[in-house]
Amino acid sequence: MKVHLKIQRFDPEKEKSWMSEYDLELEPTDRVLDALNAVKWQQDGTLAYRRSCAHGICGSDAMRINGRNRLACKVLIQDVAPVIVIQPLLGLPVIKDLIVDMEGFFAKNRKVMPYLVNDDPLPADGRERLQSVADRARFDDTTQCILCAACTTSCPSFWANGEYIGPAAIVQAHRFIFDSRDQLTEERLNVLNDAMGVWRCRTAFNCVEACPREINITKAIAEVKNALVTGRV
Amino acid sequence: MAEFIHTFDAIVVGAGGAGLMAALQASRHVKTAVLSKLYPTRSHTGTAQGGVAAPLGNMEEDRWEWYAYDTIKGGDYLVDQDAAEILCREAADAVIELEHMGLPFDRTPEGRIEQRRFGGHTRNFGEGPVMRSCKAADRTGHMILQTLYQQCIRQQVTFFDEYHALDALIVDGTVRGVVAVNVNDGSLHVFHSKAVLFATGGSGRMWKITSNAHSLTGDGMSLVYRRGVPLEDMEFFQFHPTGIYKMGILLSEAARGEGGVFINDKGERFMERYAPTMKDLASRDVCSRCIYLEVREGRGIGGKDYVYLDIRPETINKYKSAPGGKTVTAEQLEHALPDIIEMMRVYMGVEPMKEGVPIQPTAHYAMGGIPTNVNAEVVIDEKNKVLSGLYAAGEVACVSVHGANRLGTNSLVDLIVFGRRGGKAMAEYAKQADLLPLPRDPAAYVREEIARLRESKGGEKPVRLRDEMQQAMMDNVGVFRTGPMVQDALTQVRELKERYKNVAIQDRSQRFNTDLFEAWELGSLLDLAEATAVSALAREESRGAHYREDFSKRDDVNWLKHTLVTRGEGGSLKLSYKPVVITQWQPKERKY
Repeated sequence: MKVHLKIQRFDPEKEKSWMSEYDLELEPTDRVLDALNAVKWQQDGTLAYRRSCAHGICGSDAMRINGRNRLACKVLIQDVAPVIVIQPLLGLPVIKDLIVDMEGFFAKNRKVMPYLVNDDPLPADGRERLQSVADRARFDDTTQCILCAACTTSCPSFWANGEYIGPAAIVQAHRFIFDSRDQLTEERLNVLNDAMGVWRCRTAFNCVEACPREINITKAIAEVKNALVTGRV
Repeated sequence: MAEFIHTFDAIVVGAGGAGLMAALQASRHVKTAVLSKLYPTRSHTGTAQGGVAAPLGNMEEDRWEWYAYDTIKGGDYLVDQDAAEILCREAADAVIELEHMGLPFDRTPEGRIEQRRFGGHTRNFGEGPVMRSCKAADRTGHMILQTLYQQCIRQQVTFFDEYHALDALIVDGTVRGVVAVNVNDGSLHVFHSKAVLFATGGSGRMWKITSNAHSLTGDGMSLVYRRGVPLEDMEFFQFHPTGIYKMGILLSEAARGEGGVFINDKGERFMERYAPTMKDLASRDVCSRCIYLEVREGRGIGGKDYVYLDIRPETINKYKSAPGGKTVTAEQLEHALPDIIEMMRVYMGVEPMKEGVPIQPTAHYAMGGIPTNVNAEVVIDEKNKVLSGLYAAGEVACVSVHGANRLGTNSLVDLIVFGRRGGKAMAEYAKQADLLPLPRDPAAYVREEIARLRESKGGEKPVRLRDEMQQAMMDNVGVFRTGPMVQDALTQVRELKERYKNVAIQDRSQRFNTDLFEAWELGSLLDLAEATAVSALAREESRGAHYREDFSKRDDVNWLKHTLVTRGEGGSLKLSYKPVVITQWQPKERKY
């Protein structure tokens, strides 16, 4: 099928931005990433974007596709054609074309101490710590996060104030707060109990819509808020 | 172009499972940095689905000896058995360590790590399938990658993200560091160090249909190969039987572990004919060949070049192919295989609970690579002489624990076991070794090559060369091979290498010049394609993933040995061979 692509460009060396337009012939089941590759490989080698696994796991190619944050490798052409507008994620500094500076995003992730802490002696039998099926299920949803930043950069609260820790970091915190094996609950909750923490979430649900892993992010944020209010996880 | 020099005790190149595991170990003891051309969490380990094997015995009796036997048999006896013993003895401990780090494994009703069946994993030396694969739904690799990265954050490991390593500094048989480019601004960085560990993954982008990420371009292999280090067993490249038709995206063997079966155009579960005991859970090389044979005999779906992977509950229940012959429901399957079922829906537009899913074999895993010993030290000749300070672990390495064909789950086991051993060994070495001086102008080669690519006025487009290479390798150095086919591919690859000298890119800029890096990666792949074809042409037998129709039998008398291919001055290739280590399992006929 015929597709008309409009891609927002930025050349950091000339500090110039513009829209590039390309006409392509693609299969309806090709993905937007295939369209970008077709442009890069056949028409314009200067186009820059990140990509790796090309099937929705590595989280490299989050971008705005017709105004919505999506992974380019997970959107079929037939669902967005015939005119496809592609822009970089909003709210993070653009380095070049569709590539944004992720460092601030990862710094927020590090703030919630995204790692399991358990200082108890390891099981004497040398085996795994036990965890019930029900306890494991409590944080299953948030273990799926691939740190693609689609959620945080779709959030109006984040657009309004870049200091907001953002949904992705809260998802990471949730994954540990509700893990029965973890012992750093209070410290993590303290980080999030802040005007720039969970309380800046206005439940716009944009993050839920943006998440390519279909994590119920607003629910996770609500569970963290509830833990702060009740003092119980 | 700005240039910088950094000094560390140890450098890890690559931030997938093996690299992060090594970095966690090494950085406890010596000043360590990790370079990665991607953000660490983008690494391909994250796409591994089905599980990581360990004989924990949480579901049913299991023993490391059974596991070692399966690994050796799965590798068609080309496995070094001392290494396989280490892999299988240390797997349980490494998996438990991951759990202690926080990995969210699925749990049994008793709260232990849940395990499932996987291809080629058997109880009691081949009697039938065993539940050995420790899992987190069908996203085990994602959990491993995330968990290791999380612990690296905790341990404040130093990362250089989006730094593309382009040269290994090897002088007089010793390591001096690596040269990398900061992708963000194009600056050149010399990392001066006592030890370097490569964990850059595989080279599946050599083939047209592949499960591999765009980034899997054999970087680590190619850059040590250019510095005179041999590559081992490059002719052994695994084609996974269940790639999504035409796209190659992997659908985990876990689908068959849960009871899924292959179906041909006649509606027949054809694996019953080829592998009466293990059926659809035979080894990957075996299943891939059977699919090709069905297609060749006209039993592909609609006469085309694919068959169905069928995971409909009614099919599984009809054949009683679920673990223990239990009845399964759609809901249980959705719970066990959420990601791959979603991929079937998103990418194929099929409803796997109601219809078969079109699949074809997809280039998946390099059994070969940089030769190492069991401490991940790189060894450079037939006598396993160690190149001091150089290490490799994970898919980039060839220990060899996978021999001629890797078992499902064993890539993850490999990277945690040998990533850990490599990280420890590297730290011990770096603690006592001296920092040797850098060669004069250490970045010269990289600087010149980049300038050549950036400024070339040649008429060859990288994408055209890449397409031709991928097609030649797919057609001629794939699941089935013959001498003339491989020779044909080799001739084409050599022509492409000539044409590569005139390759030109469009982007001449410094910042995020992905055009430039893609052209560089193509150069790596062409070198490795040549090494693969030369190795495959010489091996006149069929073993594991290397199936020569003109030499269809395994030949232990002449070929029970590892291939080493070395690139000499002027680019000529030399083949040599080294013996396979046999401890307690004598080669015998391989049946499933």
